[in-house]
Amino acid sequence: MSEKLLEVNNYSVASTDDIAILKNLNLTINKGETHVLMGPNGAGKSTFGSSLLANPAYKTTHGHILFEDEDITALATDKRAKKGIFLSFQNPVEIPGISLYSFLRSAVKNSAVPLTNKQFREKLNSILTILDLKKEYLERDLNVGFSGGERKKVEMLQLLMLSPQLAILDETDSGLDVDAVNIMLKGINEFQQDKEKGMLIISHNMHILNKLNIDKVHILVKGNIIAEGGSELINEINEHGFSRFEIQVGDKNA
Amino acid sequence: MPEVLTKTAPITEINRSLYDFTKAEKDVEKLSSGLTEEIVRQISAKKNEPAWMLEHRLKSLQTYNELHIPNWGPDISELNIDNIVTYVRPNTKLSANWDEVPEDIKDTFDRLGIPEAEKKALGGVGAQYDSELVYHNLQKSVAKKGVIYSGIEEALSGPFAEMIRKHFMRLVPASDHKFAALHGAVWSGGSFVYVPPYVKVEIPLQSYFRLNSPGAGQFEHTLIILDKGADLHFIEGCSAPKYNVANLHAGCVELFVGENAHLRYSTIENWSKNMYNLNTKRAKVEKNGIMEWVSGSFGSHTSYLYPMTILNGEYAKSEFTGITFAGEGQNLDTGTKILHNAPHTSSVVNTKSLSKSGGISTFRSAVTITENAHKSKASVSCQSLMLDDKSRSDTIPVMDVRCDDVNVGHEASIGRIDDDAVFYLMSRGLSENEAKTLIVNGFANPISKELPLEYAVEMNNLIRLEMEGGIG
Repeated sequence: MSEKLLEVNNYSVASTDDIAILKNLNLTINKGETHVLMGPNGAGKSTFGSSLLANPAYKTTHGHILFEDEDITALATDKRAKKGIFLSFQNPVEIPGISLYSFLRSAVKNSAVPLTNKQFREKLNSILTILDLKKEYLERDLNVGFSGGERKKVEMLQLLMLSPQLAILDETDSGLDVDAVNIMLKGINEFQQDKEKGMLIISHNMHILNKLNIDKVHILVKGNIIAEGGSELINEINEHGFSRFEIQVGDKNA
Repeated sequence: MPEVLTKTAPITEINRSLYDFTKAEKDVEKLSSGLTEEIVRQISAKKNEPAWMLEHRLKSLQTYNELHIPNWGPDISELNIDNIVTYVRPNTKLSANWDEVPEDIKDTFDRLGIPEAEKKALGGVGAQYDSELVYHNLQKSVAKKGVIYSGIEEALSGPFAEMIRKHFMRLVPASDHKFAALHGAVWSGGSFVYVPPYVKVEIPLQSYFRLNSPGAGQFEHTLIILDKGADLHFIEGCSAPKYNVANLHAGCVELFVGENAHLRYSTIENWSKNMYNLNTKRAKVEKNGIMEWVSGSFGSHTSYLYPMTILNGEYAKSEFTGITFAGEGQNLDTGTKILHNAPHTSSVVNTKSLSKSGGISTFRSAVTITENAHKSKASVSCQSLMLDDKSRSDTIPVMDVRCDDVNVGHEASIGRIDDDAVFYLMSRGLSENEAKTLIVNGFANPISKELPLEYAVEMNNLIRLEMEGGIG
């Protein structure tokens, strides 16, 4: 078996009304690696994250997605989730009438590693402690009336409970105060313990990016991956912004 | 390159196996179909009832012939009373012992879980099969407190005869509408409850109405009188197997809630989809009294159902909690009416309706605040969820306020299942159907938790069955 976890080949995505969003992307994440996807607003970062989970708001117009060497391009969202891909949403949706607890329980039962009731409770308690989440949250309706920070923590809670092979974190840190960001870092570190797993982080937050071991950075501009490199790219963008890359895309399109 | 395929799950017809079983009609006594004076006299004669009742029936028949069918709701032109058998008597007598109930009828109620529920959680049970009660029983501990729970016909010749005469169809007069008149003419069966002053009935009473006979009508009358300070929870359940001919339910429920009394009336209506459910329910609440309606409408081909509350004494309160689920071929027109007829009265209405596979669900409410209902409060909230593009939901809330110093509020929303919510849940490994079922359950949850437990479980099962698709 190869070390490849996710392989995206010549991958293009359009909206359902045929507006091209992502253009011919190539990207490989190996087991144990953490990648970062950066880019200016509107570059298509969130589209990429959610199209990896077959969001029906988008369609694949070209290329393939391989996950653990299997072509999953034609698989629906739930099938991809069951293979072990998880997306932490930038804006998690409110689901009234369903408690966080019962949702977590049924999601875990549905997952590749369904836990016994006892295992579930123990795991849940330890993760609640890591994330500094009170038990009372479990009784509340899923995301309903949660603050931005609470929602992000609850996404992290789901991530750690479901323990997927590949975690995609879409702006997991946006809108959080320093304490909350540090808690998210603890969550990410917890996930990174398992060297069989991989991670794709969509973020601008230097506080979080500087504290993580990052294997590769991809710069997405106007739907193209325009540059790739090590964590030094993060510092460059921190100092100079995306203008150099945007000019590059302008040249390319011209 | 192919587009990413997302499998859409067809949502199938509900599995009604729990209710949809028929029993052969054994030695039943069935009057001919249609509605004539002869038939009304025959029904009355069989019941050995007081003369005033026959008179009432004949007057109602006259009213029936004078009134027109309503022209503002779902189409009922296919309902032809000439084809409806108004009276079907099962071959048994009313009993207080399940062992004396004929095997096929007992089996029916066993499958509906009634005797089991009676043992576990009910203070008394009445069971009606077609036109007559076959079982009525009240726990001794409840009877000891002076509570009366019996067949209403039986009570017509007992010590409560006069009380019944004074209340029977006084709240819902035959002139109310055509089907109230029909009820007045051919009513049969139903329960009578009387709770004496300050008696609290700790465990619910339940009447269950089962219509087995094809092409028949069921016209039971429920009369509940709570004396001052009394407290009762009454549960009503109804179901029928599906036939190819129209069945008709035109029952009538009259509830009298005395001063400081509290009545909770829960209904789960799960008639089969060939049923015309034209039922009339009304409660009158005296000073400081509290009326709570919990109403679940899942069955029937066509429903007109608007339980009404008359807040007749100062500080009287009502709460209406309802859910309606209209599937393929169903047109369910449900809601409530409230009349604030005294100062400081208050009412809360909270409903949810769902429609799928071309079903039509309409919420109608009429809140009236009279000139003397000073300082009254009314709030109406209705939410509708359409599960697909074929289905329809309407809300028609009417408020008639004739007093300045009152507080009224209304909110309504109609929506579809949010695609983003489905994607979110599917990204956690739930199938499309599981995701939608979870969303629908969540939508219904604030209402279903008000239902008696076994019905709440039943409702969740109904939703699950209704949502179950043809995947895999």
